[in-house]
Amino acid sequence: MVTIRYAKDNFELGENQSVLDCLTGHGVPVPFSCRSGVCQTCLMRATGGTPPENSQQGLKDSLKLQNYFLPCVCHPTADLEVALPDDDDVQAVIPATVKSLKLLNPEIMHVVLECHAPIDYRAGQFINLFRDQSLGRSYSLASVPHEDDHLHLHVRRLPQGRVSGWIHEELRPGETVEIRGPGGDCFYIPGNAEQGLILIGTGSGLAPLYGILRDALSQDHTGPIHLFHGSRDLNGLYLTGELHDLVEQYPNFNYVPCLSGEDVPRGYASGRADDVAFQQIPDLKNWRMFLCGHPEMVKIAKKNAFMAGASMKDIYVDAFNVSQSV
Amino acid sequence: MSDQQSLFEKLGGEAAVNAAVDIFYRKVLSDDRISSFFEGVDMDKQAAKQKAFLTMAFGGPHNYSGLDMRLGHAHLVERGLNDSHVDAVIEDLAATLRELNVGEDLIAQVAAIAESTRNDVLGR
Repeated sequence: MVTIRYAKDNFELGENQSVLDCLTGHGVPVPFSCRSGVCQTCLMRATGGTPPENSQQGLKDSLKLQNYFLPCVCHPTADLEVALPDDDDVQAVIPATVKSLKLLNPEIMHVVLECHAPIDYRAGQFINLFRDQSLGRSYSLASVPHEDDHLHLHVRRLPQGRVSGWIHEELRPGETVEIRGPGGDCFYIPGNAEQGLILIGTGSGLAPLYGILRDALSQDHTGPIHLFHGSRDLNGLYLTGELHDLVEQYPNFNYVPCLSGEDVPRGYASGRADDVAFQQIPDLKNWRMFLCGHPEMVKIAKKNAFMAGASMKDIYVDAFNVSQSV
Repeated sequence: MSDQQSLFEKLGGEAAVNAAVDIFYRKVLSDDRISSFFEGVDMDKQAAKQKAFLTMAFGGPHNYSGLDMRLGHAHLVERGLNDSHVDAVIEDLAATLRELNVGEDLIAQVAAIAESTRNDVLGR
């Protein structure tokens, strides 16, 4: 007998019954349309157990890796614990010790955290860092699990930022904080190693990209990788030395620092990072795109990338929405 | 024997839907007659909806009801959605299939299915 667990309820799966029919039969409001694994309207996530492979057909790879599946074509042979994509992730709080704090530029702090329990994440995903129980913010992971011992965050100080201000001014190495996560589907997926990658980020949007970039390089990605990092002026750029070193080390990696302000010295591209990228590479058919940082940039670049030929399934985004309750 | 194949099978099934969805969505977004209806929408959610629509129009499995179509487009009808916009969508759909080298007889069948939703989409 196979049991489907949803929220706090256990449902017995009938013979030849799909997980979708089982859940909707018990009144769980799962949206659906085609009921045959095509339209993806009923997308759910397995939070316990492994969904059968055929229930993941046609899903974006980053969703497959996080155990998303289509319940309408899911006939598991073992128990499954499931959640709707919008359900709050019931993730445990993990304590972490602050190992170091270092300014990367005048407004971005490099935060290194040592977790007290193992955390299974991918470079480019985000965690939530809590100042207290009810006050947390999302920060993207610049570290790579198999390369770095600890978690690395790039925290930009926001005006009146209640968490970023606290991190910049009050937090000290050795202190313990609470985190929850990881989440997000903006990360590198091994496979298709010859595909070209374009990474576009503004400000601390470099954090996920720096992780994704080093993840791809360390997993022997052979296709060209272009990183466009944008800021208004030189002060906003950071890790430029490390990135230039990677250019020396990997012939397939290209780094383009972009400045949108007036004063643009030699060696820097003039203009917004997304504009520079689309000028340099106008045809985006078959490219894999990673767009991170300012929400407006991400929104515009996503549409422009799609219209320039990138497939929707090849566009990964991480928009840094600023919390309204600063 | 091929006469016994369904329209969905003749078109190539799910693989055909996957091949068509990006092309179709791109045409719709760059079509000045209708693109304003898509401003500000979540592109991933919209692509999923386009996929469900194409699956239905290709004669594939679906659970669309006339009521879903009415409810889903009511806010657009309020914003002025009319016959000319439905015409534009059906044209974009046919152009997508031509780009994928689908024969005119099958295109006509797809257009007829799309056409059958017109009154529900326009809420009349």
